[in-house]
Amino acid sequence: MHDTTLLLIELGAILFALGLLGRFSRRIGLSPIPLYLLAGLAFGHGGVLPMSASEEFIAVGAEIGVILLLVMLGLEYTARELIGNLRTNASAGLLDGLLTALPGLAFGLLVGWGGVAALVLAGITWVSSSGVIAKVLADLGRLGNRETPVMLSILVIEDLAMALYLPLLTAVLAGTGLIGGAKALTIAVGTVIVVLLVALKFGHAISAFISARDPEALLLGVLGLTLLVAGLAAKLQVSAAVGAFLVGIALSGPVAHHATELLSPLRDLFAAVFFVFFGLATNPGDMPPVLLPALALAVITMGTKILTGYLAAKRAGIAVPGRIRAGLGLMPRGEFSIVIAGLAVASPGIEPRLAPLATAYVLITVVSGPMLARLPDFAWFKAIIRRSQRPVPRAEPLPTTD
Amino acid sequence: MFDVRVRVEQTALPGIGVRHDLVTESGRRLGVVTHRTGRRDLVLYDEDDPDSCTASIPLNDDEAEALADVLGASLMLGQLSGLRQQAAGLLTEQISIPAGSRFVGRRLGDTKARTRTGASIVAVLRDGQVIVSPGPEFGFQAGDVVVVVGNRRGLDGVGQILADGDPDS
Repeated sequence: MHDTTLLLIELGAILFALGLLGRFSRRIGLSPIPLYLLAGLAFGHGGVLPMSASEEFIAVGAEIGVILLLVMLGLEYTARELIGNLRTNASAGLLDGLLTALPGLAFGLLVGWGGVAALVLAGITWVSSSGVIAKVLADLGRLGNRETPVMLSILVIEDLAMALYLPLLTAVLAGTGLIGGAKALTIAVGTVIVVLLVALKFGHAISAFISARDPEALLLGVLGLTLLVAGLAAKLQVSAAVGAFLVGIALSGPVAHHATELLSPLRDLFAAVFFVFFGLATNPGDMPPVLLPALALAVITMGTKILTGYLAAKRAGIAVPGRIRAGLGLMPRGEFSIVIAGLAVASPGIEPRLAPLATAYVLITVVSGPMLARLPDFAWFKAIIRRSQRPVPRAEPLPTTD
Repeated sequence: MFDVRVRVEQTALPGIGVRHDLVTESGRRLGVVTHRTGRRDLVLYDEDDPDSCTASIPLNDDEAEALADVLGASLMLGQLSGLRQQAAGLLTEQISIPAGSRFVGRRLGDTKARTRTGASIVAVLRDGQVIVSPGPEFGFQAGDVVVVVGNRRGLDGVGQILADGDPDS
């Protein structure tokens, strides 16, 4: 059979299967990410249905998927929101980083996988999945809750922190050592600050340059600009993902709004391809030995995430039930952890058990996280909290940031 | 617009939109989540746990507008009755236009209400909506309720005009 023909058949089969899985996940109220990862495991080397012809295409698609995930994340936030959040919630973000990244780092060092793998693990355990969490919040009708802004600002700061972490990681993975890492970090910090300032001052000019009126031109313009900047960023060793994120931040107003609508279906397609690709690269046979360590890591870092949410909500004057909701809600890790692991797996000389561990870790947190997030809604859970609290007069709710 | 005793808090929801909320005199908290997409949720908070919302009611544009109108209409009527108490001798009244009135389908200007009675038609309530300061071109429909401001004589006069036509007969 001709190569292209085989490619079409394989790709079609994969996408069709993903479509069914997506529908299934919606029905059982779960994020489709774990199912996509499992599908990748099944289709990959050592899986039940190994595919070969489409692997190269999927690899490129996965790269585009990461870029689209990041540009959409950037489009969701405006520069003003990012700077405002950084100003008011920097300490919560710092606490979050310390509590959730350090266990990953320590784990990597303890099991002797080396500093680079430990750095990767720190990122994997650090970043919560803003996509999964936003959806859980909407599903549980908690968008109006008073702890929700606290959770969202932690997510925003994590995403912003990634703009610095990813270039650092890229440089370290490229083997440039500490000096190279420091250089990349300096470039990244400079770029992020410049982009934020430019977006704040001239965001409307940039957006006006790309007209929002013609959907076709807008789609091609935004996609082209994103890929171009991502490519240039990769060339400068600042990570393609970060370039895309910054393009998303720089765009604002109606252009951002329409671009979000237009890019969403593309993002869904290529992000699914990305998760499958990551699963493809992992041999299911490597999974069982890392399951227990992954579970341990998940339990520890989900615990520290609860603590993060609890303390951050407490600082914002939220009562105990809200603090617990914030903590439990922040647990799922998802797309970002896979992006980080994906970067690491692609570079030579990294610990081979990292990819299966990351897959297992994300599977555990992304499945159990949204389920555990529902706990505070149950009557028995509320009763336990009420009983554990001494009958103190209810604190007057503090005003949140205006 | 807002009474000084009411404080509406505005909180940004990064990536989602903005939330406005207030605590009522009776101690209940309620708010509106405005999504970037234009969707609005009316949220009601739990009495026992004022941080959590027990109900989140999505409203489309028409529903939000209708709700705002209902609240606005009752607010305006409340303010009018306040006005009545403030200025002695100045009265307001709601007068409905019965289906048999000869002004159904005719214009407000045709009533010549102000020249004939000295009282003014300041608003018309129709289908739960308030039409404020209707002009002389405004066309009446059966079931409209007009809000009239004036002295007792003037109000009675407008009532008579709308009921059967001539206040002087």
